[in-house]
Amino acid sequence: MSEMRYEAPRTLAAAIALLSGANGQASALAGGTDLLIRMRAGSVEPALLVDIKGIPEMTSIVAENGGYRFGAAVPCMELVEHEAFSTAWPGVIDGVKLIGSIQVKGRATVGGNLCNASPAADSVPPLIAAGAVVGIVGPNGRRESPVENVVTGPGKTSLAKGEIVTSFLLPRRPPHSGDAYFRFTPRTEMDIAVVGAGVNLTLDDGGVCRQARVCLGAVAERALLVPEAAAALIGTRVDAAALKRLAAAASAACRPIDDKRGTKEFRIKVAGVMARRAAEMALTRARRKN
Amino acid sequence: MSATLKPEEKKLKVVGTRPIRPDGVPKVTGLARYGADYSLPGMLWGKILRSPHPHARIRSIDTSKAQALPGVKAVMTSADLPEHKFEYVGPERVAVNFWHMTRNIMAREKVLYEGHAVAAVAAISRSIADEALRLIEVDYEVLPHVIDVEEAMRPDAPLLFEDMITRGIEPAPDKPSNVSKRIEFKIGDPEAAFAAADEIVETSFKTAPVHQGYLEPQACLARFDPDGQAEVWASSQGHFVIRALTARLLGMDIGNLRVYPAEIGGGFGGKNVPYVEPVALALSRKSGHPVKIVMTREEVFKACGPAPGSSMTVKIGVRKDGKIVVAEGVFKFQAGAVPGSPVMNACMCAFAPYDIPNVRSVGYDVVCNRPKTAAYRAPGTPVSAYAVESVVDMAAARIGMDPLQFRLKNIARPGTPTVWGPKHTHEGFTETIQALMKHPGYSAPLRKNQGRGVASGYWFNNGGESSAAVHVNEDGTVLVATGSADLSGTRASLAMMAAETLGIDYDKVRPIVADTASIGYGHLAAGSRTTFATGIAVVEACKKVIGNLRARAAMIWEVNAEDVIWEDGCARPAGGNKGRFEPLSLKAIAAKRSVTGGPIVAEVSVNAGGVAPGFATEFCDVEVDPETGQVKVLRFVAAQDVGRAIHPSYVEGQIQGGAAQGIGWALNEEYIYDTAGRLTNAGFLDYRVPVASDLPRIETVLVEVPNPNHPFGVKGVGEANIVPSLAAVSNAVSNAIGRRMTELPMSPPKVLHAIDSGRAG
Repeated sequence: MSEMRYEAPRTLAAAIALLSGANGQASALAGGTDLLIRMRAGSVEPALLVDIKGIPEMTSIVAENGGYRFGAAVPCMELVEHEAFSTAWPGVIDGVKLIGSIQVKGRATVGGNLCNASPAADSVPPLIAAGAVVGIVGPNGRRESPVENVVTGPGKTSLAKGEIVTSFLLPRRPPHSGDAYFRFTPRTEMDIAVVGAGVNLTLDDGGVCRQARVCLGAVAERALLVPEAAAALIGTRVDAAALKRLAAAASAACRPIDDKRGTKEFRIKVAGVMARRAAEMALTRARRKN
Repeated sequence: MSATLKPEEKKLKVVGTRPIRPDGVPKVTGLARYGADYSLPGMLWGKILRSPHPHARIRSIDTSKAQALPGVKAVMTSADLPEHKFEYVGPERVAVNFWHMTRNIMAREKVLYEGHAVAAVAAISRSIADEALRLIEVDYEVLPHVIDVEEAMRPDAPLLFEDMITRGIEPAPDKPSNVSKRIEFKIGDPEAAFAAADEIVETSFKTAPVHQGYLEPQACLARFDPDGQAEVWASSQGHFVIRALTARLLGMDIGNLRVYPAEIGGGFGGKNVPYVEPVALALSRKSGHPVKIVMTREEVFKACGPAPGSSMTVKIGVRKDGKIVVAEGVFKFQAGAVPGSPVMNACMCAFAPYDIPNVRSVGYDVVCNRPKTAAYRAPGTPVSAYAVESVVDMAAARIGMDPLQFRLKNIARPGTPTVWGPKHTHEGFTETIQALMKHPGYSAPLRKNQGRGVASGYWFNNGGESSAAVHVNEDGTVLVATGSADLSGTRASLAMMAAETLGIDYDKVRPIVADTASIGYGHLAAGSRTTFATGIAVVEACKKVIGNLRARAAMIWEVNAEDVIWEDGCARPAGGNKGRFEPLSLKAIAAKRSVTGGPIVAEVSVNAGGVAPGFATEFCDVEVDPETGQVKVLRFVAAQDVGRAIHPSYVEGQIQGGAAQGIGWALNEEYIYDTAGRLTNAGFLDYRVPVASDLPRIETVLVEVPNPNHPFGVKGVGEANIVPSLAAVSNAVSNAIGRRMTELPMSPPKVLHAIDSGRAG
């Protein structure tokens, strides 16, 4: 019988010391909505669990330079219910809202959703589209990284031993910006994305798209930032022709697998549809007076 | 007892109302005790080792290391269960072969599906039990496997049983195969009738196996005492059946086993048979401790029977005026690893809704490397109805008739022969179709990408053995005990019939489900039989009690018992004594219990005949997303002949539940295997039952054409509702996209593919 140790440090330094000093497998525990299920299924057996929910800087949402920084262990429902954040980044909230049921979102965190490293994580494509940056702390100190550089493949991240993602920084938004995330699932909820698409765009005063980022989920080994799809929008009024080019570029970027959740053919086709629908919603949001 | 009871003429006070169910508060407050909620001092945890292979010969099992692990009190294998003779026993439709059954409980020579039980341990904690399972060494010779029914029927398919000769073929084949049985039903002359038909429609269909999806995993607690007396607490659809099968599988006398019914968290047919009970009891017998086993969801999916998948071809011939003159169906069903799919039901019920003079139904029961199928809500029938109702829909379109009109023109009526011999004897089919014709939604316009589908369905329903005891307490309250598990609010409906019969308030009646030592035999709560058959037992027991109460009133008044009538819950003087005495209520007589003859109790057992079948007609509106193939069900209207609804809310709930399960079956539910024969979606995340937001409001129409053979007119209501649902959804989707769908589930990739094929074509 293997013994498991549980620790709930109050500071980041203590958490890092525990994680980097552990013999055997050590896991950071935030909401536990993925980790506990994997433990029950017997697919992981950590010797040490470090509960990071007691660390203040990991559980707060603060305004920073006109943008927002939220802790990696903030429960999803807190983000959803944070009015100012939700108004500023509705596309990120689209994704966060789709992580399990309300009860699950009461525990689950965006940090966990990212570091679980599922290609189908719903909060990741809109965060990448938003240009979010994560704060990382480890035995060698602090560093920052764009969200798209964290996950390297299914269940794999670029984090070194003892490193954890502590926060997400979403930059200040120019006027006439909008973002959106759409996913396809066979069920209306309580499901895993077969395809997800996050689009973030900014219009100029004349309604021409000046910046755009497009990110697809569940169509490759990790969430894909697709500059070709963004390029289809930039310089256009996001009209039907631009949307058609966007959809084609999104489909072309997919390198999915056949599995129990969908076929390659289906994912490739529907990726374009989801990207177009997300872009249409992002456009509507960008055109709102704000 | 008489099988033909006259319906009550007087106005009903309780039947037809909607009181709160007696099991409701404990369930919503978390106090109800389900299978996993029982414990005993000294109890051990049992866990089952399961095969990782879909098909393998077991060369050896070494349990010594597990046995030696501290905290492990017993390890068992099939060697701890007695061997059984190879024979099929019982009525053909539900025949049992204990040779197969014991092998399904615990594998012997071979494992036949991934998840097949191989050994089990009992230990002082769950984690020690898990650890012990890892220490059991099984030497497997892995064999080629076969999952799909058509592949399993090929001459070169891997054989699950090397000596299995197909039953039902004359002369018997000289080579073994995976086809356990062929059955055929025929009336008239189908060949000649097809030759004379104006139009012939023929199409082939496939459906995936689906799970019942009950919320509560199988769970039980068992104790086996040194004197050979044993007790089991289990969640099942029939504790008497669990008792009989468990005793037989352990080689013990039925009289030595007492089974207590736990609350059941859904069964839908899946809990008619034991899985964990024989294992827990064998472990208890071996260890000397009580043993509890609770399955995980993964075990439920991998080892507890789904409904069968199928491959089917249906052909019907019609005249230009819309009369169906001939029908033929070939239904190939996946039995799973053990013979006994419900293909016989499928063959019998397939064309039963219609008056067709020439019919042939052929069924094949085919084994393959999947878990053994189990009953699921009108077993087998929704599958064959899906194929038949799809072809009926196509035929209606071919001759240009409205699909409801077409069905009405061909509907079976009393006197219409069935394919299995007897003639239909009950009304109620026509009325469900007429109910939908009158429904305003049926003629409402549809928008782009929307479609409407209709379907009808027939199900036998069941009667059979039930027992009920009625005890009058000294304060005038009444206990109603039966041996029927309550899956669906039957305690409420039985209490209502008792209150109505006795003439007392519903809340004075306390209904319970009694254990196997406390009441006479009660068969499974299955086949939509409880409110019908157990209801008859309850009403008869109440009538006996009334006779007793009248006799006591006569004693008190010093008159003849014939001069006392029972009316509105009171004994009243009648005949020459009319008006001479104040009426005596049940409560007043109960208060004089000990001075008027002692306890007031009646127990009645019945073998109820006079069953009336279930019949349902449904329509469904869907909208299909042309870019993703996603189907949204916009509206679902289900009309069912219920005889009489004792508690209309629970009848409506049954209809809504059947429709909801049918929608899931039609759209997304399926067992998905990888190429190694392993189930990849053994959980509710990827085995997609619909969630609440996937379903529309399911509108019910209760058609009440009373069954003259039941005191209140009851017809079973639990199953007929799911029979048409699959086809109603498929017909609607086919209508919306303008292409015939022929495979379930109609998951988005399949629908999108069909739409795109249409565009290309």
